[in-house]
Amino acid sequence: MDFLLPDFTPAYPEIFLLFMICVIMLADLFVGEKNRLLSFYLSLLTLAGCSFITYDIYSTEVRYTFSGMFVGDAMSDTLKLMIYPTVAAVLIYSRAYISLRGLLKGEFFSLTLFATLGMMVMVSASHLITLYLGIELLSLSLYAMVALQRESAVATEAAIKFFVLGALASGFLLYGMSMLYGATGTLHISELTKSIQQGTADHDIFIIGLVFVVAGISFKLSAVPFHMWAPDVYEGAPTAVTLFIGSAPKLAAFGFVMRLLVEGLGELATDWQGMLVLLSVASMAVGNFVAIAQLNIKRMLAYSTISHIGFVLLGFIAIGENGYSSAMFYVIAYVLMTLGAFGIIMLLSREGFEADKISDFKGLNQRSPWLAFMMLLIMFSMAGVPPMIGFYAKLAVFQAVLEAGYVWLVVVAVILALIGAFYYLRIVKFIYFDAPEDTRPILFKPDVRILISTNGLAIVLLGMFPQALMGLSLSAIQNSM
Amino acid sequence: MLFGFPLLSLIIWLPIVSGLIVFLMSDRNTQAVRWVALAGSVAGFLVTLPLYSGFDTSMGSMQFIERNVWFERLNVYYYLGVDGISMPLILLNSFTTPLVVIAGWEVIREKVSQYMGAFLIMSGVLNGVFASLDAILFYSFWEASLVPMFIIIGVWGGPNRIYAALKFFLYTFLGSLLMLVALIYLYQASGGSFSILDYHHLPIPMAAQILIFIGFMVAFAVKVPMWPVHTWLPDAHVEAPTGGSVVLAAILLKLGGYGFLRFSLPITPDASHELSWILIALSLIAIVYIGIVALMQRDMKKLIAYSSVSHMGFVTLGFFLFNPIGIEGAMVQMISHGFISGALFLCVGVLYDRLHTRMIADYGGVVNKMPVFAALFMLFAMANSGLPGTSGFVGEFMVIMGSMEVNFWYAFFAALTLILGASYSLWLYKKVVFGAVANPNVEGMKDISAREFLVLAILAVAVLALGIYPLPLTEVMHVTVDNLLEHVARTKL
Repeated sequence: MDFLLPDFTPAYPEIFLLFMICVIMLADLFVGEKNRLLSFYLSLLTLAGCSFITYDIYSTEVRYTFSGMFVGDAMSDTLKLMIYPTVAAVLIYSRAYISLRGLLKGEFFSLTLFATLGMMVMVSASHLITLYLGIELLSLSLYAMVALQRESAVATEAAIKFFVLGALASGFLLYGMSMLYGATGTLHISELTKSIQQGTADHDIFIIGLVFVVAGISFKLSAVPFHMWAPDVYEGAPTAVTLFIGSAPKLAAFGFVMRLLVEGLGELATDWQGMLVLLSVASMAVGNFVAIAQLNIKRMLAYSTISHIGFVLLGFIAIGENGYSSAMFYVIAYVLMTLGAFGIIMLLSREGFEADKISDFKGLNQRSPWLAFMMLLIMFSMAGVPPMIGFYAKLAVFQAVLEAGYVWLVVVAVILALIGAFYYLRIVKFIYFDAPEDTRPILFKPDVRILISTNGLAIVLLGMFPQALMGLSLSAIQNSM
Repeated sequence: MLFGFPLLSLIIWLPIVSGLIVFLMSDRNTQAVRWVALAGSVAGFLVTLPLYSGFDTSMGSMQFIERNVWFERLNVYYYLGVDGISMPLILLNSFTTPLVVIAGWEVIREKVSQYMGAFLIMSGVLNGVFASLDAILFYSFWEASLVPMFIIIGVWGGPNRIYAALKFFLYTFLGSLLMLVALIYLYQASGGSFSILDYHHLPIPMAAQILIFIGFMVAFAVKVPMWPVHTWLPDAHVEAPTGGSVVLAAILLKLGGYGFLRFSLPITPDASHELSWILIALSLIAIVYIGIVALMQRDMKKLIAYSSVSHMGFVTLGFFLFNPIGIEGAMVQMISHGFISGALFLCVGVLYDRLHTRMIADYGGVVNKMPVFAALFMLFAMANSGLPGTSGFVGEFMVIMGSMEVNFWYAFFAALTLILGASYSLWLYKKVVFGAVANPNVEGMKDISAREFLVLAILAVAVLALGIYPLPLTEVMHVTVDNLLEHVARTKL
């Protein structure tokens, strides 16, 4: 039997990243406490390297490798190119925060990078097993990261909750996948589609499998009614980890849903469309209503995430290029906003003090007008006020859904968005209208200042000129389908 | 001027950019901040003058058009243009901004750069609302105008400012979102266009027209505001700082009126005819009932706020009479109300800066101490009650004439305002200005400074000029209004 070496090209970024993780782990063993920042810089360098490689191998062709288990296409490469800067931003925002809390350890960086590797595998999977491997690599790294602050009871509790529910969700997913395998006899996503098209398999088994798959996906996306873990994990985890959980993995989750539901089970779209309608409306409703009652800003943002996921799902409901690309645009917009929001929470925190109450934002305008202005932009963007990017993301999704003929869904979404505006406004109210309780100055390094300014301005400028990002999302989807 | 200099862009972005500069100056040198803000706002006004001088009054279509692709995926354009309806409103807005800056000159001491910056940015954004011909561009400016006003009320407002700011924001936001749904529907129906002018010629079935009309109506009625969704206005006015009240009354309320003319009437003409009775009824209720409510007020700002609602009732009444004199009268009323209500809020601001109370009962005998002020205040109170010779008379008279053509009883109820308006305006004036000095604090009041005089005098000239010779305004809008009516008369079914 001939042994053919597979084409490694599409997987170059993953291979490079894995190699660098090993280097960082080894190097970390030999540097002292003082030079711990070496891992930080090496991680950033690694991400830069990955970006370079991915950019270099970027092509609009679809390239399968490893016996069709792994794919490189425009969507995977675009999403990867979004994931790297997001992870890098997470690391830069977190640096001061983690070093004050004794988390500036090699583990933080290697786990972050392992999670990144998991995300990359997720968006590049063309086989159910690869998909599962990616999602587990990501999830296991995240569980460990939540528990990184060993002595914190809240964090440990959050980690256990996250792990138990996450494992359950993985079980669902696997069970669903086994059903699909049983019905079609293949685990290759592309062959799955063919076999459904031919109609040789029993439709009922597909539906049962689909239900489990969708439930598993909803867990990972934190869509209602599978959202229970999100608020506790967001609140309990160290803010740096919350920022990470809330940002880059959503990009990967988008890729994951695209691979599984659209590429694999696209023929069953009419079946999962109805399920997603329910999930989406429930997520928007629960997310927006419950967020109003929160006093902890991390918890509030967790519910806000849930509601945003509802809007992202709207894009999938619309089915078709416009719908998927608008969902992708929404996810990217969401990641930008989340990065900024949690970044600011971390900037307000100090040694031994977590700025995680909404009231900690009181009078921010008097303490730091620039930070206050950035938070204002982020909050209005989340509420969907133009000219911030959040509005155009909602607009694109609404347009796609209306095109698909769901007028009532848009009306419901609009009303829920209005309710959502209330709690975002409340943050602005605290920032601008109230007097500060804590007048100590906010200290942060110039690199973070540059990052938060870039982040805030990106929210406005990408909103005023959404063409580039929308075009990018559309071409990524068009070239991969 | 079709493909010439991008004048409208300059009119929109000059105030926004100068506002950002002011905003970034921070408060180290507040005097410099004020001068830069003044320079920016005056420059913002001066660049609008070519708009008037270069305007072709014989043309009913859009002028000064600019059109560039904004984002292709949704077929959205950066599409600007003005006609006889939007052009006067842009002038009014740019004219008001320097007055607001001067009015806040010494009064605002905290966070001056943010205050001035917010007003300048808002001025540019509002010009953008009036000049946009693309629905998404329009909506973007429309919503963006909420943000600075929210901050202005919430930061520099009175004791109950937070409630007022939230109420202001949420009321308008609700209306706007329904409008957004209507716009996206129109986008689908027109086969993928966001151009407002395309919508004007789009045939729409009656059922859809009614729904779209209601979507727009909610958005614009909240903004005007019409009875019964007017309740945010008195709260917002009472709590807002003087400058905020002026812009709110003079410009923001006009957005609603403008929306009816640009969207509701031409896009859904059949539904507008069908449902005009609702709008007329609500307008008449606003004119009469809110006029009576205004009589009951003890707070000067609340009284003027209710008087605004009542006067804006004339605007919506005029629009839905579907005759040229009604619409033109409503337009004149919008501009004139911008001057008069702005001036009245400034007068209250003058009094408030001295005594720090807005209660009518705390004043009395002001004329003894502030004769110059009393004279100017008198003029504006008279104008508010619709005295011939002032701008307030022209608009109201035209709308009453227009309603007489349609139905005697419309005219009868509308004309009641002449009694009611005179009652509350003069009653306010009498209690505050005449009589013996009731309150020892009034003894210590100084007459208006040169700065205050300048602002009020400019407005006084505007009120009188428009009252005595309204032709420059009406001739600008005449052809556009005729065109609009001709368009509305055609069915789109």
